[in-house]
Amino acid sequence: MSDTMFTVPLDRPPAAQTLDVHIDGVGLLGPGLSNWEQAQAVLRGDAPHDAQRTVLPVPQILPAAERRRATAVIKLTLASGLEAVAHAGLHAADLATVFTSSGGDGRNCHEICAALAGSDRLLSPTRFHNSVHNAASGYWGIATGAMAPCAVLCAFDASFAAGLLEALVQVALLRQPVLLLAYDTHYPEPLHRVRPIPDSFGVALVLAPQAGPRSLARLSLDPTAPFTELPADTLSDATLEALRCAIPAARALPLLRALARREAAHIVLDNQPGQQLALQLTPC
Amino acid sequence: MPSPTARPIPLLRLSHSTTTTCLGAGLDAQLQALRSARSGLAPCAFDIVDLPTWIGEVAGVDAVRLPEPLLDFDCRNNRLAELALQQDGFADAVQAAIARHGAQRIGLFLGTSTSGILQTEQAYRTLDAHGALPPTLHYEQTHNTFSLGAYVRARFGLRGPCSVVSSACSSSAKVFASAQRMFAAGLIDCALVGGVDSLCLTTLYGFNSLELLSATACRPFDATRNGLSIGEAGAFVLLERAATAPVADDVLLLGVGESSDAYHMSSPHPDGLGARIAMQQALDQAGLQAADIDYINLHGTATPSNDAAEGRAVGALFGAGAPCSSTKGATGHTLGAAGGVEAVFCLLALRHGFMPAGVGTTALDPAIAAAAPLDYLLATRTPHTGRHAPSAAAPRRVLSNSFGFGGTNCSLVLARGDALHPVSGMGR
Repeated sequence: MSDTMFTVPLDRPPAAQTLDVHIDGVGLLGPGLSNWEQAQAVLRGDAPHDAQRTVLPVPQILPAAERRRATAVIKLTLASGLEAVAHAGLHAADLATVFTSSGGDGRNCHEICAALAGSDRLLSPTRFHNSVHNAASGYWGIATGAMAPCAVLCAFDASFAAGLLEALVQVALLRQPVLLLAYDTHYPEPLHRVRPIPDSFGVALVLAPQAGPRSLARLSLDPTAPFTELPADTLSDATLEALRCAIPAARALPLLRALARREAAHIVLDNQPGQQLALQLTPC
Repeated sequence: MPSPTARPIPLLRLSHSTTTTCLGAGLDAQLQALRSARSGLAPCAFDIVDLPTWIGEVAGVDAVRLPEPLLDFDCRNNRLAELALQQDGFADAVQAAIARHGAQRIGLFLGTSTSGILQTEQAYRTLDAHGALPPTLHYEQTHNTFSLGAYVRARFGLRGPCSVVSSACSSSAKVFASAQRMFAAGLIDCALVGGVDSLCLTTLYGFNSLELLSATACRPFDATRNGLSIGEAGAFVLLERAATAPVADDVLLLGVGESSDAYHMSSPHPDGLGARIAMQQALDQAGLQAADIDYINLHGTATPSNDAAEGRAVGALFGAGAPCSSTKGATGHTLGAAGGVEAVFCLLALRHGFMPAGVGTTALDPAIAAAAPLDYLLATRTPHTGRHAPSAAAPRRVLSNSFGFGGTNCSLVLARGDALHPVSGMGR
């Protein structure tokens, strides 16, 4: 046996082990939620949720040329991702990433479709390269120097759950920390009518294989029963629940609430219709 | 490198596959075209596009009808998916896999870059007096990036983990990595992977804005290359755990490597650094060395920068030791479907014992050859190479490259069932 990763080929699966990861850092940016520190007080019920529009900071980490071209998805992922990495005490350049979004950059898409419906159909090169679903991850690499693998996913309204599952699997399998970034931004008219996402919401989680001094909680999933027909957890605060329903990335809020409250909890998150993601959260 | 406690990656078999490209529908059409070095590219007459370029358009997509309960999904991308699923008994193979494993134990991981955006592009031409989109536009089922996954999931009633990977032109190579991990984590016993991308104005006018479209059929790795030809395609593969003793003709997924360039949004690292990392990691996971690879299906888009960078990366790792070619001169660049299409081309090469020629290329660019000696397989014998293709040499282990915008790289290593043990002396 050499150092290859294969075992003897199996036509039968090995006994499945629970997938355990540790949440070592959180980044959050959304309506009335300006960072994880402030959001924890809101999610614990210690501070009111004042649902002002999301403020997207200018990403100083980008070179000037890229900074000028940075769209909302890029600002959102850099802000939330770097916050999570800082909390975890890690270097962004070292981390594999999972990016997940329910549809990418609605503003950019609108501008392209409008231009293509015009008489000359001229697009700008920047508009085009910002149109790819992995635009945010491309800028993340340029900003942080991370050359590690990056998975870029979409599962419509199930995008947070799909990204979380991919990240859980990567951490449990490769025994290395992974940064998960889930994000959605505002869709302007006329797209808004068919995709009514009202504002930007981004959440980033650093997931680590082992408990460390920064670990907030252990998150576990049974690979033989990852899904449940039980309804997804909801939030008692009306504005937070409205946010959870309105922006797909905010389907993460029940998990973030339990994390903010340091609660041990079964968590059920929206995934595909009738097939929710079932998790166990245990504070460290 | 993974730590010693990392879970083992199971050895997977490509138990059923199909692809539909501008070369035709299904495996036989691909095989005949690849063996005769035929191109499916033709001057662009798609929709209202007025660009002087060549494209790889799939015949018969407009005539495809989706199953009645799924008509909300109707768009060019899902029609192309359906056309591809109907070839080679693939849909029946999926049903048989469901019967074998259960719908909840089959993962679905598909790649696309633009999905059904053509629906919205066309809808923007018919906005009403208030600027509203027509009510016939089903955004979720057609335009949304996930609509391809939603369509295939609904069509077969799949209930396992499910996502669309959309990392531009590496998308449907990276789905093999997602599937491999889900197997290893114990979440699935079978995976339906692949990719579908269809012609649309966003990519045609977008690549035109970057001055990356060729005015003729593309010429990968040729000194006269001046850009790509856009194609469209669908490719699907069923992955299952390999038997303890694979059959000789089995095609196995031995390794996947992934990396990010962290360099530029629309240009590769000039030395192909990220590409080289992805290829090396695929070899490492396969437990192989460069000398074990018999053929490389290059990303080979025919843009000046991609081919120069990829040539350097391949040359640095493999030298002139591995025959290589790009099949994009035959199919065009099928973007998010390219990784899946070319994985299936590699399967055909392994199963039928041939190496596809680099259609459209007259001679390897001397500038690339000077930086990195490559054994590029030409469709015609030339003074520059002792080989001619389609080659009679039967490859046993092959590597396929897929790189994309945003600096995303993925390489796959596939091998025949009778070629599990490398020749380089590294026993497994």
